[in-house]
Parts: sequence; structure tokens; C-alpha cells
Amino acid sequence: MPVDIDIAHVARLARLRLSPDELELFGRQCRDLLGHVARIQAVDTDGVEATSHPLPMTNRLRDDLITPETVLDRDEVLGQAPSVQGEYFRVPPALGDA
Amino acid sequence: MGYMSIASAAEAMRDGSTTSVHLVEQVLERSSMVEAQVHAYLTLDSEGLMQAARAADQDLAAGEDRGPLHGIPIALKDNMATRGMETTAGSRILAGYIPPYDATVVTRLRASGALVTGKTNLDEFAMGSSTENSAFGPTRNPWNTDRVPGGSSGGSAAAVSAGMALGALGSDTGGSIRQPASLCGVVGCKPTYGAVSRYGLIAFASSLDQIGPLTRTVEDATFLLDAVSGHDPLDATSYPGELGSCGARLGRGLEGIRVGVVGDMGGEGRVEPDVEASFTEMVTAMEGAGAEVLEVSLPFTAEGLSAYYLIAPAECSANLARFDGVRYGLRVGGVTTEDMMSRTRAEGFGPEVIRRVLLGTFALSAGYHEAFYGQAQKVRTLILGDFARAYERCDVLVSPTSPTTAFRLGDRTEDPLSMYASDVFTIPSNLAGHPSISIPVGTDRNDLPIGFQVMAPALHEAVMFQVAEAVEALAGFDTTVPFDPGFGLRGGVR
Repeated sequence: MPVDIDIAHVARLARLRLSPDELELFGRQCRDLLGHVARIQAVDTDGVEATSHPLPMTNRLRDDLITPETVLDRDEVLGQAPSVQGEYFRVPPALGDA
Repeated sequence: MGYMSIASAAEAMRDGSTTSVHLVEQVLERSSMVEAQVHAYLTLDSEGLMQAARAADQDLAAGEDRGPLHGIPIALKDNMATRGMETTAGSRILAGYIPPYDATVVTRLRASGALVTGKTNLDEFAMGSSTENSAFGPTRNPWNTDRVPGGSSGGSAAAVSAGMALGALGSDTGGSIRQPASLCGVVGCKPTYGAVSRYGLIAFASSLDQIGPLTRTVEDATFLLDAVSGHDPLDATSYPGELGSCGARLGRGLEGIRVGVVGDMGGEGRVEPDVEASFTEMVTAMEGAGAEVLEVSLPFTAEGLSAYYLIAPAECSANLARFDGVRYGLRVGGVTTEDMMSRTRAEGFGPEVIRRVLLGTFALSAGYHEAFYGQAQKVRTLILGDFARAYERCDVLVSPTSPTTAFRLGDRTEDPLSMYASDVFTIPSNLAGHPSISIPVGTDRNDLPIGFQVMAPALHEAVMFQVAEAVEALAGFDTTVPFDPGFGLRGGVR
């Protein structure tokens, strides 16, 4: 079952800057894979509910409390960042032309 | 060179015939002999390990006994966060990353007295079935170094198989514990979804991922699972009830156990003749030992692989959005934030990860969501129905773990579909959230291990381990890898 996929558009959505050669290769592979898994569309699922979690339970949220287990050391966290300024993560300008 | 089970090492520590320091020395000696060939580890913390072993021995001598894992060297797959120890998930994008916290399984392992040997190699972000997708080079199978160890927990399986740890933790999203266990001749178990906390496990596919043990024996696997399972408030999907003692039913044999043989697992599978023969032989042996054997059908598992290769990439594309060069890991410079992110991700991710992120992004994108991801989730419901019907008549289900034994490095890297087919028998348990275990039962004509899979309903780990232990006893498989002191591991010296 052939599937049409605009690979350059998908790569942009996924924030992946790929070369034309890579786009060609991954585009072909994704089309092949999708063509194979698209067989799933032939399964009759009328009236079937979707399963997102295999056990009959919903998310169990803990109380939003500050405890040693839920708070990370700020210096340790910032120490892993590629670029920081003071207590902040630093990034290039948000606006502009790449 | 002895390969000790955790149970026998624990016993020897208590009767005074060994110490934790001695166990660590054996593990390190073993590593110095074979690790250059196998490459099971990304980080081997010899110094920290020896220090922890000394402390464990002192504690035991002082009467502080923490149970079967006290002083036992255990390896961790490198997608579990370890505070102060590099954690890469096998990816260039996380090279050098030092987590500021421990995964819950790491905290629990340490509390149980276990020692962390280090971090084992894996397919990048656990995506793969051969450990060839690691950014830091492949792991090789200790049974034959021309072959893959399976994946994605290939480093954990190889470390246990080669005696470079007495047990290990891996993670299993579509077979990533059981398939490498099968290929490396060790025991590997994926517990019920939610039984083990995923806090600190670098997420791949959140509705499928589950941490579990790889060990030399079934009993050892129960020790590890007992130590790391249980509700964790830090994981919203953690099962809130009690799993109970995993070893509660060990030693009860197969009398009266109803075993379902799945005739159509994963559709028309191509199973290697030696794997098929070994499987049939074990089923006959189980019947001889008192099990009631029935044929069962799981027709919708024929769509399991397709459902999996939509759900897993979709969830991975969302989970991996966090790797953007801002807070940790690699950054490649760019003119704007988005440009920096796009360059960082394209350089930081390997081809298999990029392929799955693209596939998942497409499957979730406007206009396609319902036809692909939505449909896959409905097929998941149908597969759950298959299992529910089978478990009305059976206590456990059995199948081969993998259709083949260990394949050669490079054999399947060019054809993603052939690699994905490795997991055809293991994926249904992930989609259903059920526990499942692989036990080594024999070798093929090339002296490569063959695994046997036992599946059970959700939260029925105890009966799964009961049957697995009986299978292990019937097989009498020797987990010792062929090793020639003059030549090293089979497959040649490198």
C-alpha cells in the first residue's frame, strides 16, 4: 500500500536539518516501512476502543510537594547545559533567518 | 573460570567461602580477558566497584545483611540515569552527560545492597535488535564474536553471559531484554507494564517501555525483580498495587499447569529449523512433566509488528523532542534557536533514531493521526482481546523468543524490516503490557544459544517464574560460554 509522505516537511516538523541525500534516503525508507505497516488499515476496527495504557488504570499523580527526591541541584543541572548565563539556559536568538 | 549465579554467590558469601571483594575481582579479571573482544560496557567503574565491595563485606561482617543482592555486582543498561556517572543512551547527543539524579531502579538496587559495575552498551535510545546502532561501536556476542548479541540490551546480555556481572538490568520496549537474552544464552524478563518504575529511564516509547532483569538463572531474576519493583510516586504509570514475591511459586513444577502453544504468533513467521525443533522438544518435555498442553490462536498478533512500528516511533518522536541542545548534551551552533536545534538533532542522532523520529512525526501529523497511530491503538485492543481469550483456557503461553539465533554483524543493518522481524514473538507482550521471560534451552547447529519464551497475564509474574524455572530444569542448559584460554572467545581474536 503506497503512502505519500512529504519528507522535507516531516523533517522540518521534527527539527532535523537533513541534507538532500539524507532526505532522499530516509524518505525512501520511511515510504517502504509505511507501505508495509499500512496493512494495519485493512483491519476492521469498527467499534473498537483505542488502548493507550495496557492496564486498566489512569495516571496516578502525586501531591505537588517539594521534597529532596523531586528537586534537583541547580548548579548540577546547569553544569550539564551547553551554554548558560547566570541561572538561565542560553540559546541563540529565537527570531531571524537561518 | 566459574560462572556463578547470584544465589550461589550469596550463599558462598554467607558460609565464608567468598566475599564481595572476591566476586568483584573475578568480574574485573573476566573483563580484562574478554571485554576488548565483546565491548559490553560503555562505562566500567572498577574503582567505585571495589570500594563498594569492601563496604559491603564490612557491613555483612557487622551483621547488616541486606538480602540476596548484598555485595553482588550488577550491570546497568546505559539508558538508566546514574547520578555522577555518565549516561549516554548509546547516543552521540548525550555523550558526556552526567545525570543530576538516580533512576528509581538505581536507588532501589543500591538499597538492596547490590553494587553497580557500570553502564552497558545498547542500540541508540534502545532502538534496535543487535546493539549495532550504538554510537560507540557494537557489542559482540560472547558465544561467537562474529555474531550480534541481540538488542537493544545487548551490552547487559553480553556482560552477564561473559561473566562480567552476575546480573544486569535492561529495558524492553519490543523485546529488548528477551531477544538479547535469547541470543546470548541467559535469562531475560520483561515484567508487567508499570511493575517497575520508569523514573530515570530515558524514555523511548512510554506506553511500552519496561525495565527488567537479565541473569544466569530464573531464581536470580526473581531476586532482581523483587528488589526493583513496586509503586513509585515519581512515575505516574507505576502500578499502585502489590506485585507480590516473584519467587513465591518456585519449586512447584508443572503439574496441572495449562500451557498454551501459540500456533500463529505474529502471523506466518519464518522460524529457523533448529529453533523450531528445540521449541517442540521443550513443549513435549513440559507435557511429560505434568503440564497440560493446548493449542491456542492469537490471530491479531499478525498485525503486532505493524502496530508496534507505528506506536513506538510515534511515542519516540514525542519523547525525543527534549534532545534539542538547550539543557544537556550536544549543541551544534546555529543562527536561530530553531536552526541550532535542527542542526544539533541531525548531527546528534544516528540513522535508526532519525528514521523512527521521522516515521513517528509523520504518523502523528495532521491528517494521518487517525489512520496510523489511532488505528494501531485499536489493533492493540484487539491483541489484548486475543490474549484475554487465550488466558481463559491457559495459565501461561509459550513460543520461541526469537525466530533465529544470533545473526552476523552487518547482516541486517541495510534492511530495517529484516531487523524489525527479530521481535515478532516478543512484541505482543509489550503491546498487551504482560510479563514475559526468555529462558535458554539449547544451542543450534552452530553452537549458538536458543531461547524459549513464557508469557503470563498481567501481574502474574509468580506463575511465569514457576513455569520458567521448570523449563530451565528440563533444559539443563549450561550457560558457560565456549572459551579457550589460548584463543579467547570463539569468533577470533581482535
